[in-house]
Amino acid sequence: MRFSVKTGAPLLAMALALTACGTSGGDDDEASGGGGEAGTCEDVALGFFGALTGSNANLGINIRNGAQLAVDQFNEENADCQVTLEEYDSQGDPNQATGLATQAIGDDTVIGIVGPAFSGESETAGPIFSEAGLPTITASATNPALSENGWDTFHRILGNDDSQGPAASAYISDVLQSEGVFVVDDATAYGKGLADIVTEDLADAVVGEDTIQTGQTDFSATVTAIRSSGADAVFFGGYYPEAGLLVQQLRGGGVDATFVAPDGVNDPGFIEAAGDAAEGAILTCPCLPPEGNQEFADAYQEAFDTAPKTYSAEAYDAANVFLEGILDGNTDRESLLEWVNDYEGDGITKSVAFGESGEVENVAVFAFKVENGEIVSDREIETD
Amino acid sequence: MSFLIDNFVELTVTGLVLGAVYGLVALGYTLVYGVLQLINFAHSEVWMFGSFAAVWVTVALGVAPGSALPVVIGVLLLALLAAMTVSGGVALLLERVAYRRLIRLDAPKLVALISAIGASFALAELMGLRDRVAGWFGLRDTLDPYVRSARDNTRFQNPLETEGVFTVGGYTVSNVDIIIIVSAVLMMVALDQFIRRTRTGRGIRAVAQDSEAAALMGVNRNRIIRATFLVGGIMAGAAALLYLMRFGVTRWNAGFLLGVKAFTAAVLGGIGNVRGALLGGFVLGLAENYGSALIGSEWRDVVAFLLLVVILLFRPTGLLGESLGRARA
Repeated sequence: MRFSVKTGAPLLAMALALTACGTSGGDDDEASGGGGEAGTCEDVALGFFGALTGSNANLGINIRNGAQLAVDQFNEENADCQVTLEEYDSQGDPNQATGLATQAIGDDTVIGIVGPAFSGESETAGPIFSEAGLPTITASATNPALSENGWDTFHRILGNDDSQGPAASAYISDVLQSEGVFVVDDATAYGKGLADIVTEDLADAVVGEDTIQTGQTDFSATVTAIRSSGADAVFFGGYYPEAGLLVQQLRGGGVDATFVAPDGVNDPGFIEAAGDAAEGAILTCPCLPPEGNQEFADAYQEAFDTAPKTYSAEAYDAANVFLEGILDGNTDRESLLEWVNDYEGDGITKSVAFGESGEVENVAVFAFKVENGEIVSDREIETD
Repeated sequence: MSFLIDNFVELTVTGLVLGAVYGLVALGYTLVYGVLQLINFAHSEVWMFGSFAAVWVTVALGVAPGSALPVVIGVLLLALLAAMTVSGGVALLLERVAYRRLIRLDAPKLVALISAIGASFALAELMGLRDRVAGWFGLRDTLDPYVRSARDNTRFQNPLETEGVFTVGGYTVSNVDIIIIVSAVLMMVALDQFIRRTRTGRGIRAVAQDSEAAALMGVNRNRIIRATFLVGGIMAGAAALLYLMRFGVTRWNAGFLLGVKAFTAAVLGGIGNVRGALLGGFVLGLAENYGSALIGSEWRDVVAFLLLVVILLFRPTGLLGESLGRARA
């Protein structure tokens, strides 16, 4: 599965030829504006930090692939500046994240990190990256508190749960016009954070709450609680493995309330586990629908033999922010960090500029829907 | 509290269903412990392999839900057979590779325990990495439906559609609920009779009581140990199919949590006691559901394990307490 430059280069060359040049106008402007000629660099690497194995691996692999595509395209265009992508497979486990982060800062060639992918591992790895001055851009960790730690190195290229939570609430109250919503979370930093926001936003409409555990497979007590609450919508804050089981047992238990879940569930693994029970589920995501940028989608399909999934495009943008910086001659951590902080440019998902706290300034949240076993985009969610 | 009372029947039935699965898996722990005084930690992986065997049978046959009843029954029986065969096979393999030599050399129990934990990890990872294993043999594409997304939940396409049978106390008991509880009890009775009445069963009891004396009386100890592992594995295979009928998905690491719970059920009922295993399973399943209903799902394990501690404080040998060796004929 691992994508190697050797086999990928011809494919990419083809993809690039098809898509004229580069990925968007903004990229090119930035690249040529930086140095005027192709920069040179040696022994420069970016890191990917997130789950490549373990039960939430799909999300991590989407991100790694997006970053890998950016790096490969970059190497193709800049023969004098070859960048490698080091992989730090955290398995999504906060306990493993500290060791891996230490390993990453110990490798002097690694000057930028795409990741960490999840909120929990970002919490434990963040201080280490901050200490070492190693800039990170996460393409997926959406817990709002992450940007409030004063880590100068932290950047987030998508909206956080402060935008996704209210968007989910808005969808439940405005689009679904729900009169009773049951909120379930999985006790993780990510899931609980989102569930709390939704609970607060919808205060009066919330007819019940429950907390499950990651790895749990039997949700009969939760199903009973949801049915007896008479809810017409269920919001689940958590990741796809539990979501798949929960929605399946809900349908099996005769509950037909609309299932609403955030980006951590926005993965085919959800449908794989839930089967027909997934039909009609609403999945929110501060991410661009995969079909949003056709050139990127084609190149991705070419390289990895699969369509881009949740966060692939965000990861591609995140890697490109670093890569443009490297091309501009910022080949150490300090100058690259400065570059990222001051960055302004157009990515394929949005125009990218980071605020003081490292949050991207321009965010949008989309709703997706499961239809005939596929996750299709539904609409952009308007919040006020 | 009123929530518990209002939904008492539903919580009880779903608790019993879960408890039945715990109980059947617990049998494997209890039998091996009774005979060898050894906790076979890899038993959860025996169950996990059985669950995949059942899933793969339905994948291979490609049965759609809503088929004719004879087809449904045929597929389920085939899946059951496959799960039992694979689980039994893995249990035998485990005995051969991880235990037999250690037992023969009379190694300390702790060594066998570590060997079991190691075997458990090895088996779980083997399943989690099955796509790569298939890749080594160049079968990645041929076997795609079986090895696809190896780290994710794999769904069991249940040929039997869940249907309500009768309603009691506001809960519609489904055909699957009934099948699971009834088969667990039937299998339990059958196993109990097997141990009480057959020649092999007598051998199992004899070895459990005093393995040296049994050997002197002409009982083939190795054969009895193999039989014990095999029976435990077969029960785990049956548990795997029942579990899939209710919960619908399995995963490479699904055995871990279930194994901990099943082991708890075995201890709760009195480890080494065959009837205790099922009773312990039921009590644990109910306690988890009632506990979740009373204070919230995040407390289910706290309630269940507090109950375990309290019961063991008053009955240190578990609810039924009797050991396998002392079971009367």
